[in-house]
Amino acid sequence: MKAQTLYDKLWQSHVVREEEDGTCLIYIDRHLVHEVTSPQAFEGLRLAQRQPWRNHSIVATADHNTPTDHWDEGIKDPISRQQVETLDANIKAFGALAYFPFKDLRQGIVHVVGPENGATLPGMTVVCGDSHTSTHGAFGALAHGIGTSEVEHVMATQTLVAKQSKAMLVKVEGQLGRGVTAKDVALAIIGRIGTAGGTGYAVEFGGSAIRSLSMEGRMTLCNMAIEAGARAGMVAVDQITIDYVKGRPFAPTGATWDQAVAYWRTLVSDEGAVFDNVVELRAEDIEPQVTWGTSPEQVVSVGARVPNPANEADPVKKGSAERALQYMGLSADTPISQIAIDKVFIGSCTNSRIEDLRAAAAIARGRTKAGNVKLAMVVPGSGLVKAQAEAEGLDKIFIAAGFEWREPGCSMCLAMNADRLEPGERCASTSNRNFEGRQGQGGRTHLVSPEMAAAAAIAGHFVDVRTFA
Amino acid sequence: MKPFTQINGLVCPLDRANVDTDAIIPKQFLKSIKRSGFGPNLFDEWRYLDHGEPGMDNSVRPTNPDFVLNFPRFRGAEVLLARENFGCGSSREHAPWAIEDYGFRALIAPSFADIFFNNCFKNGLLPIVQPAEVVDQLFSEAAQSEGYRLSIDLQAQTVTTPSGQSFPFEITAHRKHCLLNGLDEIGLTLAHADEIRAFEAAHQQRQPWLFV
Repeated sequence: MKAQTLYDKLWQSHVVREEEDGTCLIYIDRHLVHEVTSPQAFEGLRLAQRQPWRNHSIVATADHNTPTDHWDEGIKDPISRQQVETLDANIKAFGALAYFPFKDLRQGIVHVVGPENGATLPGMTVVCGDSHTSTHGAFGALAHGIGTSEVEHVMATQTLVAKQSKAMLVKVEGQLGRGVTAKDVALAIIGRIGTAGGTGYAVEFGGSAIRSLSMEGRMTLCNMAIEAGARAGMVAVDQITIDYVKGRPFAPTGATWDQAVAYWRTLVSDEGAVFDNVVELRAEDIEPQVTWGTSPEQVVSVGARVPNPANEADPVKKGSAERALQYMGLSADTPISQIAIDKVFIGSCTNSRIEDLRAAAAIARGRTKAGNVKLAMVVPGSGLVKAQAEAEGLDKIFIAAGFEWREPGCSMCLAMNADRLEPGERCASTSNRNFEGRQGQGGRTHLVSPEMAAAAAIAGHFVDVRTFA
Repeated sequence: MKPFTQINGLVCPLDRANVDTDAIIPKQFLKSIKRSGFGPNLFDEWRYLDHGEPGMDNSVRPTNPDFVLNFPRFRGAEVLLARENFGCGSSREHAPWAIEDYGFRALIAPSFADIFFNNCFKNGLLPIVQPAEVVDQLFSEAAQSEGYRLSIDLQAQTVTTPSGQSFPFEITAHRKHCLLNGLDEIGLTLAHADEIRAFEAAHQQRQPWLFV
């Protein structure tokens, strides 16, 4: 039999039917649902008098609009509150395998909640009306974001209409240096291939540096696949995957577990499988990364300077760089380490898991936030992450260092709730997008790892985390 | 969904690469539980000089005279001419909803982000990929001649300039069929419900742990 990529295996095991032009119906195993992209889909079901095909494929939570403080006061913004209450009502009417509403212990960012409950399993197709669904590919699953029309389509038919993408292998061989994280690998890859480099591809991340990442690190990496333009990112199943899944609430048990594991171990690209494109990076070449512009591809190593658009030959890229520098309030050739910040955000579906919080706390421990930093906020990815962090005393470390310790949610990654930047404010953020206005109109976002964000909070400006003992 | 057959539409050129979905429709407007009414807030942060919030009377807000959508000559545009990687970022379908609600019917760019591209077809919008040099030519022609229009024929899969120069474009047979006829994709899929049920039963046999 022809050697297959992991993506081939995941795709072919879910094809219900294929048309002459290659358009397929793909069966969907897990449908993650949140409050922002689902109301119009549920409304569509209602108008057509349809029921969900299999409501036990649905796992839902409220995350984008929920506040991260004063939970006793509820959701103050009436429009946000209406959206969250609409999800409550829709799940009540249509049903779900699990629903973690606002204030539930297991509520949190949908891409943190799914994996930690074992609702994301190897070999699954996972969709959600959210582009960062690529996160779940870390489990050797085929996972990608969909629009609201497709949310309704999946609810009504348990399938998606799609064509198989091309396959890309991004291979990172070697050992990552101290202070270099999965986030830096993700940003370095995007810096190399660009934000459209993965368009039309499903990307598998491989190589020894990827295999040594924890599941948290793999989720960070796959989460950012969409920032490289790839709808889906994935990592082959290995013992690290299986150990993570074991014992989680929705993971199989007993004889079914053994049967599942035997199957999951086949979820790797075969020796000799052919990819349409292969990109290789050396782990040793990757340094802590900081974005300087308004696109994740506008990124450099912490020791570098803000690029000079005058050196850019491509006129479209040059125009983008000039516009980005103007928006960001930066001058060309400024050393990254001389850029002072106003706020720090540690959180988001990219970097809010327990390992991320441990890494940030290790930097913050025994130190104090710089005076010029108005706010350094830590937003755990879920209620379970928050509880775990508190059991380890991480909250006390952050609070002692002058950071704020918040309730879980998407928070200032996209600023749909009250957490946002004011115009002109500059933020070291562990989130995934530095677009204009993303964290608040006029806000200036620099994407970094949790360690780098914590170090910037202490120093008051970007600093190479490797110089922190 | 509104069918798309052919249009002869005024072209509005938006000369920026990597236009993201946060720029197309900022997050505060995503709190709506409806799928219509987003047009007045399309490109809100670029189009207006003040900060927009849901529920504002957009007709009295100060507009940015330097933003291309506000140029009188592009009023009523139906074709948005854009640069590479248009629609990158989030999966929010509010982006194509806003573009469609504003009055655009087609978009032309050297490349589109995958999820955005896919979302367009569900809303009667036709995104057309053209080689970068063709897009360059269209930008230059649109800048030079006021009232510049393009004819787009989906059946023939062509974009034709006022001088009669014609460029072919690609689209899958499935998408073309749905768009030409304004079809409800869910209804089409449910015609295969027996096949889905048969697949599901076999899938459950193979991987029973997926069906808890």
